[in-house]
Amino acid sequence: MFADLTRVALQSSTLPDWAATAPILALAVASLVLLLADTVDPDTSNSTLLASIAVVGSLVSFGIAAWYLVAGTGQPSTGGPIELYGSSLVIDGMALFFQLIFASVTALVVVASYDYLKGEDYQGEFYSLVLFAATGMALMAASNSLATVFVSLELASLPSYALVAFLKRNRGSVEASLKYFLIGAVSSAVLAFGISLVYAATGTLVLGDVASGIAESSGLVGVVGVGVFMIIGGFAFKTASVPFHFWAPEAYEGAPAPISGFLSSASKAAGFAVAFRVFTVAFPVSELVPMGVDWPLAFAVLAVVTMTLGNFAAATQENVKRMLAYSSIGHAGYALIGLAAVSGGGPNGDVIGAAMAHLMVYGFMNTGAFIFIAMTEYWDLGRTFEDLNGLSTQAPMACLAMTVFMFSLAGLPPFGGFLSKYALFYSAIEGGFWWLAAVGAINSALSLFYYSRVVKAMWIEDPVSEFEIESRPMGLYVAIMAAALGTVLLLPAFAPVVETAQASAAALF
Amino acid sequence: MIIEALIAFTFVAALAVLVAPDEYAGRLAFVLSLPPVAGALWMWSQFDASGNALMDGTIAFETDIVWFTLGGLDLHWFVGVDGISLPLVVLTTILSSLAIVSAWTPISERQSQFYGLMLFMEANLLGVFTALDFFVWFVFWEAVLVPMYFLVGVWGGPRRKYAAIKFFVYTNIASLVMFIGFIALVFGLGDSIGSLRLPEVAMALRAGELGSLFGIQAPTLAAAAFVAMFVGFAVKVPVAPLHTWLPDAHVEAPTPVSVMLAGVLLKMGTYALLRFNFTMLPEVAVDLAVPIAILAVVSVIYGALLALAQEDLKRIVAYSSVSSMGYVILGLIAYTTYGVGGATFQMVAHGLISGLMFMTVGVVYNTTHTRMVGDMSGIADRMPVTAGIFVAGAFAYMGLPLMAGFAGEFFIFKGSFESTTFSGMPLFTAAAMFGIVIVAGYLLFAMQRTLFGPFRFDGEYTITEAPVHDVAPLAVLLALIIVLGVAPDLFFGMIQDAVNPILGGVS
Repeated sequence: MFADLTRVALQSSTLPDWAATAPILALAVASLVLLLADTVDPDTSNSTLLASIAVVGSLVSFGIAAWYLVAGTGQPSTGGPIELYGSSLVIDGMALFFQLIFASVTALVVVASYDYLKGEDYQGEFYSLVLFAATGMALMAASNSLATVFVSLELASLPSYALVAFLKRNRGSVEASLKYFLIGAVSSAVLAFGISLVYAATGTLVLGDVASGIAESSGLVGVVGVGVFMIIGGFAFKTASVPFHFWAPEAYEGAPAPISGFLSSASKAAGFAVAFRVFTVAFPVSELVPMGVDWPLAFAVLAVVTMTLGNFAAATQENVKRMLAYSSIGHAGYALIGLAAVSGGGPNGDVIGAAMAHLMVYGFMNTGAFIFIAMTEYWDLGRTFEDLNGLSTQAPMACLAMTVFMFSLAGLPPFGGFLSKYALFYSAIEGGFWWLAAVGAINSALSLFYYSRVVKAMWIEDPVSEFEIESRPMGLYVAIMAAALGTVLLLPAFAPVVETAQASAAALF
Repeated sequence: MIIEALIAFTFVAALAVLVAPDEYAGRLAFVLSLPPVAGALWMWSQFDASGNALMDGTIAFETDIVWFTLGGLDLHWFVGVDGISLPLVVLTTILSSLAIVSAWTPISERQSQFYGLMLFMEANLLGVFTALDFFVWFVFWEAVLVPMYFLVGVWGGPRRKYAAIKFFVYTNIASLVMFIGFIALVFGLGDSIGSLRLPEVAMALRAGELGSLFGIQAPTLAAAAFVAMFVGFAVKVPVAPLHTWLPDAHVEAPTPVSVMLAGVLLKMGTYALLRFNFTMLPEVAVDLAVPIAILAVVSVIYGALLALAQEDLKRIVAYSSVSSMGYVILGLIAYTTYGVGGATFQMVAHGLISGLMFMTVGVVYNTTHTRMVGDMSGIADRMPVTAGIFVAGAFAYMGLPLMAGFAGEFFIFKGSFESTTFSGMPLFTAAAMFGIVIVAGYLLFAMQRTLFGPFRFDGEYTITEAPVHDVAPLAVLLALIIVLGVAPDLFFGMIQDAVNPILGGVS
């Protein structure tokens, strides 16, 4: 009913094609407005205004993306993907779905930063950097050419380096940023080299043409193969997958906590958005696997190693933020199943769609968890598990929300994370990759150990030292509650999410 | 829509209590727990189902809508009740209300969180007993763990952290094992099912549509899945030797939580055994009847002997649950109307009786602050009403006629004597009946030493009769036990009606 109404509204309008990029434009415009506001009054201490601009920008982006998704813009029901600028950008269901994730995470992070940044300088720059990064991510999701992939990836990465170092008087923050930047630069180089090899073999950068180019250029299998594996390396960096994960624990730990949430959910999802599109459109399995370039196998190995290593490393941490960082690597492993379980003729749309749905749920639960860390940092609590002991007597609602995030990340019902993991593992089994699902399920069961440590500390242990919480930061509370609500509501509302995701993933094949 | 209304109302009530101030939380929680009781009783009065919900029976208060589709399998929001689940729904609502009242005295800190969690647990329990889609059912099944973990871990006794973790880990691993077993069946069925609705799965399995999976042939697959599910559920029941989490959890849990644990949570295990193992794979159950019957008898005798050896009143009642649930398993494996029906009836009866016993021990503890049998004597002098109810509850546990326990055990024994699942069944039944003697032994022994004789109390508290709000739930439970003992047909008719179709395909 609702869908029908909006569809009619959109079809009868005469919006030009470029209007389909409105979710991206909203983010870009908001970041420019932030720069403008900061230029007009550089010494402003009115962070409310700056945060509001950023929130409004991301919410508008969220609203438009959601509206387009419901209305069917760029989807088969209204005539298929909208290609722009010589096919270098494409707006389809998948792009819109990921833009929904980026916009919601951005909104949460911005709201949380409002309190976190109290007393810090350069707030205008902070918010505009966040929105520039979000713009880059939104562009990544819509990239349809290896050139735009690279440019938008850099647009997302460069502000991120600066954001990690934002607490410039904090040595950890600066060191983390340097590490992130150096590994990022190397990976960019690797990615660029991979792209150039693919270009050399096919003579084109547009994803769809690359696929047909590969089919014709069978003589250059080696060049294509090396190119593909270098591109995998580039994406492994962006998604914090093994073996390009070394930067992640340091960067997530050193960065301001809201930024850690931003990087580990939105930035990771952006990496997957590109990877899903590039590998399904440009490197079709049915072409490449017979040629000997078995990229699903590479992703399968990466997935198994990434989730196992991430989970075991997380289990041994004493620092909660670091534990979350490693668990984030573990979750990259789960999402990699989306690509690892792709096969010729398999239910590929289902499994990639399930991975997308997992990233959506992950956006809420993981960002929420980092926002909780932002809250404890705001309260000057310590960073170990023990420092959270007995926190629930002081801040029950925040601890309730954190409990939701932890159990949801562990994949326990009745939270969104349970359904998304179930959908992911189930689709993998369906494609015949039951061993991938088994490794995932075992890892998931193991992860309950370290997630429940947080819960146990907050609710069951007695406080080690006397501690009185004096202030209740409004913005952080709003963000954490919104994230918790999202995590819980994604259980009953999972049906449209996973169906949209699977339909838009299926449209790629 | 009554079922959805019940579940949704309880969830909302849980949230409302959670944010309420501590001083009102207990009373608010009680008031908010009454509409579900009324709803459940209304369902009972309007009940019009016939047959078994999983076996093409007519389901009462049914809702069946497609939730979403995943890989060709529809996931449904599918709830409804038949004669097996309705008694358990009624039991859950009534016992939750009474447990909430019994918490008024012992729970003094973080009350709103406590009562919120109790209601949250009730909502999920209602879901477990009404869900007829595997997926929905599993969500509720797992969600019950979360509040239980906190209820034991935050409000429990000195070793609460250990007990809470042990409970959580044991039952969570059990769920995983069970989940794998069920999913193996689903994949083994392949295209013969289009959804995870339990009736569809059950009918397909009973029609022999199970195929092979990864080279494992159907009979082996069915047996392996049966064992996986059995182990998963047996932990929750608990069947010896998987029972070791239970005494810890019980002893550390505060009284109202013990009531819910023994009264309702253990029934999740037997209910699931009946729904999954014994309904879906009857042939495998019959093949494995001897080991299952041995487990049942061992649970009965071993649990009772352990209870006999305890000094702590609460431990006595806790171990006696292991024993009583052994009878339920025995009734299930009998595969006769009276056996399976009696087992279902015994679930309700044991829920009421063990709830009563735990509450009584709790009331004694609230006054004396000790549960050790050796610390007191002649308590009946100072607490006559509580002692009277204690005696009545103990008699109910021993299976005195005209009490619910008698009816349940009688049905089970009748059923398992008649059973033909294997030839030695009467022998096993006779062995299990010895359990009754031991039960009578330890209960009489415990009562003799604590309640009667000259008054002596090794502590500094004044022993007086418990307040009305402590005793009232005991009286209500006792009344229900007698009502159900005098008129078992209030439930037994509908139970039989739902049980009979299960037995169709066996022997």
